[in-house]
Amino acid sequence: MSDLESRDVDLVVIGAGPAGLAAAISAKKNGVNDLILLERNNWLGGILPQCIHDGFGLEVFQEPLTGPEYAQRYIDKLKDLKIPCFLNSMVLEVTSKKEVFVASPEGLFCFRAKAIILAMGCRERTRGQICIPGSRPAGVYTAGVVQNLINLKNVMVGRDVVILGSGDIGLIMARRLTLEGAKVHAVVEIMPHTNGLPRNVQQCLIDYDIPLLLSHTVTEINGLNRVESVTISPVDKNLKPIKGKEKRIPCDTLLLSIGLIPENDLSKACGVELSSVTAGAIVHENLETTVPGVFACGNVLHVHDVVDFVTLEAEKAGKSAAEYVLGKSRKVDRIRVEAGDGIRYVLPQSICTDADLELSSRVVCPGEGVSIGFFDGEKLVKTKKFVKVHPAQMIKVKLKKSEIIAVKTLKVEVLQK
Amino acid sequence: MSGRYLTMSDKSEVLIIGAGVVGCAIARELAKYKIETVLLEKENDVCSGVSKGNSGVLHTGIYYKKGSLKAKLCVEGRLMFPELAKQLDVPLNLCGKYVIARTDEELKDLEDLKAVGEGNGVKGLPIISGKEMKKREPNIDALYALHSPVAGIFPPYLFTIALAENALNNGVKIHVNTEVTAIKQENSGYKVTTNQGVFYTDIIVNSAGLYADKISAMIGLDNYKQYPCRGEYLILDKNCHNLINSMIYPVPPKVAGVLGVHLTPTLDGNILIGPSAEFISEREDTRTTKEKVQQLIEGAKDLFPSIPLKEIIYGFSSVRNKITPPEEKTSRDFIIQEDAENFVNLVGMESPGLTASPAIAKLVVQMIKRKVDLNEKSDFDPVRKRTVSFSEASRIEQAALIKEDADYGEIVCRCEHVSKREVVDALNNPFSSRSISAVKYRTRAGMGRCHGGFCLPRIVEILKEEYGLLPEEIKLKNLHSPLFVGKTKDLREIKKNE
Repeated sequence: MSDLESRDVDLVVIGAGPAGLAAAISAKKNGVNDLILLERNNWLGGILPQCIHDGFGLEVFQEPLTGPEYAQRYIDKLKDLKIPCFLNSMVLEVTSKKEVFVASPEGLFCFRAKAIILAMGCRERTRGQICIPGSRPAGVYTAGVVQNLINLKNVMVGRDVVILGSGDIGLIMARRLTLEGAKVHAVVEIMPHTNGLPRNVQQCLIDYDIPLLLSHTVTEINGLNRVESVTISPVDKNLKPIKGKEKRIPCDTLLLSIGLIPENDLSKACGVELSSVTAGAIVHENLETTVPGVFACGNVLHVHDVVDFVTLEAEKAGKSAAEYVLGKSRKVDRIRVEAGDGIRYVLPQSICTDADLELSSRVVCPGEGVSIGFFDGEKLVKTKKFVKVHPAQMIKVKLKKSEIIAVKTLKVEVLQK
Repeated sequence: MSGRYLTMSDKSEVLIIGAGVVGCAIARELAKYKIETVLLEKENDVCSGVSKGNSGVLHTGIYYKKGSLKAKLCVEGRLMFPELAKQLDVPLNLCGKYVIARTDEELKDLEDLKAVGEGNGVKGLPIISGKEMKKREPNIDALYALHSPVAGIFPPYLFTIALAENALNNGVKIHVNTEVTAIKQENSGYKVTTNQGVFYTDIIVNSAGLYADKISAMIGLDNYKQYPCRGEYLILDKNCHNLINSMIYPVPPKVAGVLGVHLTPTLDGNILIGPSAEFISEREDTRTTKEKVQQLIEGAKDLFPSIPLKEIIYGFSSVRNKITPPEEKTSRDFIIQEDAENFVNLVGMESPGLTASPAIAKLVVQMIKRKVDLNEKSDFDPVRKRTVSFSEASRIEQAALIKEDADYGEIVCRCEHVSKREVVDALNNPFSSRSISAVKYRTRAGMGRCHGGFCLPRIVEILKEEYGLLPEEIKLKNLHSPLFVGKTKDLREIKKNE
């Protein structure tokens, strides 16, 4: 009599963006036949279809693809493998018993899963979260929303634009808005360095003569009904606006590219422990979270700069989930991995030392000729030198079994020159 | 929008100016009688001013001087609320509140508040120890606390919208986007000129809130001085819902009758921090400021030292129309009087105006009764049903809803789990307010942590596809807040033609 349908399933993948697609494909290839992919949009590929610029796939396919093209390669594979995928399906809740409640126009469903892969991606930080003072008019948007509105909904948000934050989406949108006929008056960045990839700074700002104001921030939004101007100000070394140096830039639109937040509201509810630094799950080397059988990958785990790395990470999560479902997970002892001086975070946070593995990490400050050290207590186990490091660029380091087999703890640090 | 063609039916017996909570409560009260009532609102929707930007608190009546209108109407209004909330299908939680003392001097203030409350007929206001307080509110440190168990919380916009809808269903005519520009006494009544045409009426009720002085001045009553006072708030994410169980107030700071920065849990699980109180020169100036945000943060930490500030999702402000000058310590009383023949004036309607609104409405109707014969309608329907909320339904109910209409299964707002059907219900509101705000205040779509990132493009799509709006016709709030310049490629054309 109940309208709520429920069924058992081996694996539920939540989110069909680049992470979810790759994870589902990988799980299937590794032997999971009873799996479903849940997607809240009415399309596959997550954010990729709105990313109509190119530069995707250089790592995985060794060729530059647009977002839609990159997504299509995985959508095709998904179809070849006949992986069932539910569109328009919003996961409302994941319980600690791994029940997944889903609303869709088809009905309300409850999937009782053996394993779950969290691949929900991230959301954009908003004006409210950083408390930008001022009025609350129309014309204040996050950059990703504008990308969606322009590229998918074909509506134009404004004509005179200021962009706060130099994250990659902000840079991409500076170029996009310019191409659509808007005037981008400035990209304003509070840090003394950009937050986007160097190639995007060159191709999106410099090539279009768009001014980049480093060590500046927006201190006020003006205009009662529609944005009329923003007040910007240089900041001191503590990132505090310098009084008396404010300047007003007339504009009708403010775009915010001020950071991305992993979407872990579902993860929290099912008991997954989160890192306060990445805002994503704390995971083992197999990308399993602190809840056995629940795995995480892609931007829901930590915000990536390159989609190819999302794919590679998700393939690993899919394989691990398959091992879990098929009862092939190994019982292993693990050691903790810590971020030391100069390192913002290291992922995974816990590893087993009897196999080769790869760590993902981000530095705190940009630098050149930087060496990163891997310590077991006081003992330096390995060093790796980088020509250039940047907080916007994820660092990946492979560790061989022989290098870590005897290690009791592992701490990653930027070495002093 | 062009002016409407006005017919003789625009002749009313009572014309109310301003569809805030007080105006809507009066309209709904008048709807019980056989009298032609018109309600005018200059904004694009009802509840567009301070009625939507406040703590949403049902006050007990412990702050106001005995014998004052504020004391009397607050107590009366509060007692009317539970029944009214039921009739209008508005959620209400009598969660209670604590005023906390951190010093022995502040204990004296609690005793004073208790005495004032008791003088106003409020019974059961115990002062409890800090130890007892810790048991009830583990996150709050206090030496003593005055407990007001009958205080409550409710969404003020849902309440105001409900009053307006119920008034409308019972025959009141409501016109939004209609701004009064002049009033002239004519014969025994008034000619009211607006941006939409002329209205004739026998009696005017001025409940224009922040603009009550301007409306008064239109008939020559230019002696009302208002002191706009801005209150800023911060909102914490819903995942803070279990951190406090009741409202937490400091001892009032004794400035112009303000209550001080307090913490208010909302029915939806957020926590409100605020308001600040800042006298400003421009009443339209609803900015938030760096200074006040800092002050709110300090005030919140003062009450709740470990309050998770990283959970702040938004800030807002609204402007109160005080008639108390900044230098006075206690607030002046409401002014509710017939200031000119057949002109009922309501000035200085600030806190506790929300709580008092049903009692204010009764009082105003009593005043009108002395002027005209008011006969009760036999067919007044006091009941108004809210449209269904998907997120409030149980899983089994949600399943049934989706079966009934697949649009309940299409989730448009990821944070608050608002369905497409609810968005459409909201856009079909009887005032034809089709802005993003109209959806937000009715459904909560856009009030969550992503602040519209997910739902905005979807609501835009619904407005385009189902209501046939062009991009440039889609507004954030009022008619002057367009979200878009047009379709993509339009801008190049627009620029070419300039």
